[in-house]
Amino acid sequence: MEIPVIEFHLDAKSGVSPYLQLVQQVRHALRLGLLREGDRLPTVKEAVAQLAINPNTVLKAYRELEHEGLVAARPGVGTFVTKTLTDTSLAAHGPLRLELQRWLAKARRAGLDDESIEALFTTTFRTTAQEDIA
Amino acid sequence: MTSVLEARALGKRYGRRWALRDCTVDVPAGHVVGLVGPNGAGKTTLLKLAGGQLEPTAGDITVLGGRPGATPAQLARVGFVAQDTPVYAGLTVADHLRLGERLNPRWDADVARERVARLGLGPGQRAGRLSGGQRAQLALTLGLAKRPELLILDEPVAALDPLARREFLQGLMEAVAEHEFSVLLSSHLVSDLERICDYLIVLVDSHVRVAGETERLLATHHRLTGPRRDPGRLPADQHVVSASHTDRQSTYVVRTDAPIHDPAWTVSRLSLEDLVLAHMDGPPAESRRAALEVQR
Repeated sequence: MEIPVIEFHLDAKSGVSPYLQLVQQVRHALRLGLLREGDRLPTVKEAVAQLAINPNTVLKAYRELEHEGLVAARPGVGTFVTKTLTDTSLAAHGPLRLELQRWLAKARRAGLDDESIEALFTTTFRTTAQEDIA
Repeated sequence: MTSVLEARALGKRYGRRWALRDCTVDVPAGHVVGLVGPNGAGKTTLLKLAGGQLEPTAGDITVLGGRPGATPAQLARVGFVAQDTPVYAGLTVADHLRLGERLNPRWDADVARERVARLGLGPGQRAGRLSGGQRAQLALTLGLAKRPELLILDEPVAALDPLARREFLQGLMEAVAEHEFSVLLSSHLVSDLERICDYLIVLVDSHVRVAGETERLLATHHRLTGPRRDPGRLPADQHVVSASHTDRQSTYVVRTDAPIHDPAWTVSRLSLEDLVLAHMDGPPAESRRAALEVQR
């Protein structure tokens, strides 16, 4: 069997439940274009053997991804990506990252440390998101 | 769904000391069940009762619907890897596999051969010469090749270094994914079990303190922090697991199915380790009952 495109990892201290971490890693890989339509995810056995976790955790993550329409299970073959999340936005990543880097440099020059930068980003992100909803 | 382990008022006494008392649990099949508790809590006793190596002093126990160890058929359905994963030091790896084949009617020689090859164990190597991790893996191989419906393991990773521990659990979980059997394993360290167990039994002072699906336990336990408050003034549906107070502040771990809306509390989730520790810390069952009666 060919080697799957991505490998999972788990952060025990993140406070995010293991199954959700797997879901997020797949979504993340889809957004970055690391996973594309037709790619095979690790089988349950592969994921379990690599992470030493309960098989039900992987099954639950895959069910959730299936429910979101991102992957489909082909019995006896594996679980495959059926949708891409990148669309046209991937092309915009480069310039946006550059702008963000410039902004970060500016924040540092203004004397903000890592924690203040993160706090500023998070609160701004949240208020903007709330305004968008309103 | 059938029960993999069902105990009713189960007890085991050695002389005058109860090693396990009034144990009532009903664990559905298809889970990896973690049995946690401090040393001496009665974990090994419960496992040996489930494996049919001990007879109960009180109550009943059924495993996969049958009486533990009652018939050869029942014995074939349950695998048991005892504490410190024992092997025969003087026998070779190949001898162990031959022995397993002779003694077990459902022996899966392919599983055994494939695992031994992948682990890099030489068939001619004597078990006494293997490292701790390799010995544990050999014992696990025997347990898996027996192809049980339930595999019981008593503190399988306690004596292993972190890498060997990870490799052991990887092998165990891979086999569970492939052959879909139930597992019941004990540990005095929750961190060993956190990733692999989807069902947990906490045993303290020979009593079952709490048991249930891991996710459900995590969703129903909360830590409340806020201004000092008497436990009598908590809502009736919030069961106090542990409590500590300063002059001004109270910290509770409570178990409840209902959401907590009281704005006076800062509510946070518990890690599995904190949850288990809270149950170990809490007052024993009898004094808790007494305290509740006093409040009424």
